[in-house]
Amino acid sequence: MTPKLNRWKRFADWDERPLRLDKFAAEDPANGFSAFSSPADPKPGIGIKGRRVVSLDGVLEHDYDMIDRFIARHHIDPDVAPEAMALDSATVARWLVDMNVPREKLVRLAHGMTPAKLAEVVSQLNALEIAFAYSKMRARKTPGNQAHVTNAKDDPLQLAADAATAVAFGFDEIETTMRVSRNAWSNAVACAVGGAVGRWGTLFQCSSEEAEELRIAMAGFTSYAETVSVYGTEKSFTDGDDTPWSKAFLAAAYASRGVKMRCTSGAGSELLMGFHEAKSLLYLEARCLCLQRGMGVQGTQNGGIDGAPLTATIPGGVRELMAENLIAVWLDLECASGNDARSTESEIRVGAKILPYLIAGSDLICSGMGSILKYDNSFNPSLINGEELEDYLVLQRDFEADGGLTPLPESRAIELRERAVEAIAAVFEELGLSTPTEDMKTSVVYASGSDDTRSLMPRDVSFISEAIKERGITVIDVVKALANRGFREEAENLLSVVKLRLSGDYLQTSAMIRNGRIVSAVNDPNDYLGPGSGYRVSEERRLQLNDIRDVLDQKEVLRSEALHEKDEAKHIRYRNLGPAANGSAKDDVVIGISPAFGLKLYRTTAGHRLSEVLGAMLDAISARGLKARVVRFRHTADTSFLGLSAARLAGSGIGIGIQAKGTAVIHQRDRQPHNNLELFSNAPITRLEHYRALGANAAAYALGEMPEPIVVPQRGEAMGSRYHARVALIYAIETGLTEAGAAPEAVDVTLTGAKS
Amino acid sequence: MTHTRADYPLAETQPGAVTGKHGKALPQITLDAVLAGDVTMEDLRITPQALRAQAGVARDVGRPTLALNFERGAELVEVPQDFIMQVYELLRPGRAKSKEELLEAAATMRDTYQAERIARFIEEAAETYAARGLFTFRF
Repeated sequence: MTPKLNRWKRFADWDERPLRLDKFAAEDPANGFSAFSSPADPKPGIGIKGRRVVSLDGVLEHDYDMIDRFIARHHIDPDVAPEAMALDSATVARWLVDMNVPREKLVRLAHGMTPAKLAEVVSQLNALEIAFAYSKMRARKTPGNQAHVTNAKDDPLQLAADAATAVAFGFDEIETTMRVSRNAWSNAVACAVGGAVGRWGTLFQCSSEEAEELRIAMAGFTSYAETVSVYGTEKSFTDGDDTPWSKAFLAAAYASRGVKMRCTSGAGSELLMGFHEAKSLLYLEARCLCLQRGMGVQGTQNGGIDGAPLTATIPGGVRELMAENLIAVWLDLECASGNDARSTESEIRVGAKILPYLIAGSDLICSGMGSILKYDNSFNPSLINGEELEDYLVLQRDFEADGGLTPLPESRAIELRERAVEAIAAVFEELGLSTPTEDMKTSVVYASGSDDTRSLMPRDVSFISEAIKERGITVIDVVKALANRGFREEAENLLSVVKLRLSGDYLQTSAMIRNGRIVSAVNDPNDYLGPGSGYRVSEERRLQLNDIRDVLDQKEVLRSEALHEKDEAKHIRYRNLGPAANGSAKDDVVIGISPAFGLKLYRTTAGHRLSEVLGAMLDAISARGLKARVVRFRHTADTSFLGLSAARLAGSGIGIGIQAKGTAVIHQRDRQPHNNLELFSNAPITRLEHYRALGANAAAYALGEMPEPIVVPQRGEAMGSRYHARVALIYAIETGLTEAGAAPEAVDVTLTGAKS
Repeated sequence: MTHTRADYPLAETQPGAVTGKHGKALPQITLDAVLAGDVTMEDLRITPQALRAQAGVARDVGRPTLALNFERGAELVEVPQDFIMQVYELLRPGRAKSKEELLEAAATMRDTYQAERIARFIEEAAETYAARGLFTFRF
């Protein structure tokens, strides 16, 4: 007897799935675990006297904390606020998803809204509505993407190679950081050089300590900064060792150096820092975003960011991440929309998380995507990493959605990696910083990650990095070194990026470089007003997105079949004997083959030679003392009809139908076409022993027995995704040979018995 | 002259008018000029004029707070890096021990660098920090 167990085994199965590594937290507003609303959240409200905001979301001016004070002084537009705050939140929510209400109207209203009001409005939207509103409200029309380029050794050769690869995939920005903070200068030079290979225009940042980051930017190696964090409670802010004024001052300092900058904020940071004031994630984030607009930064890195994994543990957390991104773009900020820190171990949750952004588009869909392998990501693994980047390319193709990336042929990747490694090695040699060996360089070019390299180690890099800093090497020295060593194109590219800071054009909202030209919310504003407007994938772009590797077409199928043609000729000969006769003998079993069987197509989808398949069935039938005939049908290519037609010809009334791709059926004379005796529909997993057993069962039915039906075991493989493209192409070859009313042909089959 | 969106991007509409600190215009900053030693990092520094032009563009497209940031930035162009970092440090929590330290920095910005907006901004911070008790000693 089966013993009783104490649990349903399905739960044990579920325990083994990656999802169960994710932990989930209960909703608990008092302890800060609440996505959209908390009893401690204030009701929206504003008081204005003259042009002064004297109360904000229920707090009177003399009770303002630093954040209230900054928002009241720098964010709220007192001319708009009375009108905006008086609007019914549900009405505004509907406007956000109304394609007939222009973006500009909503942006103007947001300038007069308090954090609680903004949160109250977006809370009314479901996830689909948030995604739609995001698509309508984002500032720049053309979507873009950002990559992380780091590695576990801080190896500059690999950084250069990986930067070049990321640029070739089409990332608009690359971001690096270090395992060892003193290696910042080396990382900066390596990515700047690698990022100049192939084309120019990818913006680059080196995330490091605030003062150091600004110095690196001053030396010309980087072109933007984004790790200027802000927080939604006063205590978190001061624990983060800043104030709204110090951060706003830093923003002005970056502008003064001609360097693009955005702030960073995201749900969960206050919760992680222990100063959440029992407020909801969305309300705190709305404060952060109003603050950023008030500071006058052009954009924000927003959507959980480091707090995304924590936010995703909370009910509605992922919807909240979308909602805060919506507030960001509604406030007219560039949005680098998170989708970076990996918030789950479940690939299903990863795919679900990225999809709304891929379809809606975003200034920078990920901020960033790991263009390198997970273990090489010095920020921590991203939602999507080097391992899964190809999945993302396919998602773009599936949905005809522009996620900012373009498939990269392997040969081109190798070419660019070689060039980048040679370029950074030349710069290091020219500046007397290091002399990488051929072995180091080669190991990096072909490496998927730093586990595969024999290159510079963190300690070696420290010497290089400190020399760059101590000697005051600037981007001009690097440009010269490149040109002097024959890397003129890269020198030009790097110089072009530095020249961006002269006009300051790329300081405007949502600026990126495409094809050597600036594209921002100023000259490429999102003009979505319904179907046919806003960003559309052009036909040219669609073809780029489609161009993933290993795509099957009929030519490819015929080419591979042609390879098998010669081989089969050694094993089998088919001789047409003319019209097939009706059998009358009780031991007569007919095997009906399809039009292209052995004539145009030679192997089953499982890869078996048709000669072997046919041989196995013939053997099994004759082993029971019966006589099998082979008949080719040309009036149909359908398995059921092949089988039924064969059965009708057979003296025994039992026939086998088989297509060239290996799909087979056992049929009986007087049955309905699709009500067969046994069907072998999963050709890709049908082995020779199954065809032999099929022959034996057909013989058994002919002898009036009731055999055990053959079950071809399957383990849940996605047969359709693996084979259907090929199957459809092959089947078209079969149907192309059919002819209405064509008579069955008797075929004499000679198996040569050749071994190979 | 106030710039508008029609002037954008400046590097394309008026490249000859976009110059670095020493007056070298965009078309003159070529690779050959770099190799000849004619280009320094100072030639690659944004000017207050360019930032004010961008402020005009930002205001024209409805981004007044961004414009103000560009205008504060314009005032900091000539401020030496060390002093910028010193003031940034002073604005961080608990660095200044009294309102006066911040007011003094604001005065230097105003008097030495004609950075009026920045000065007012620091004064506003000083007033806020006093109200919120940020001049307390942090261990």
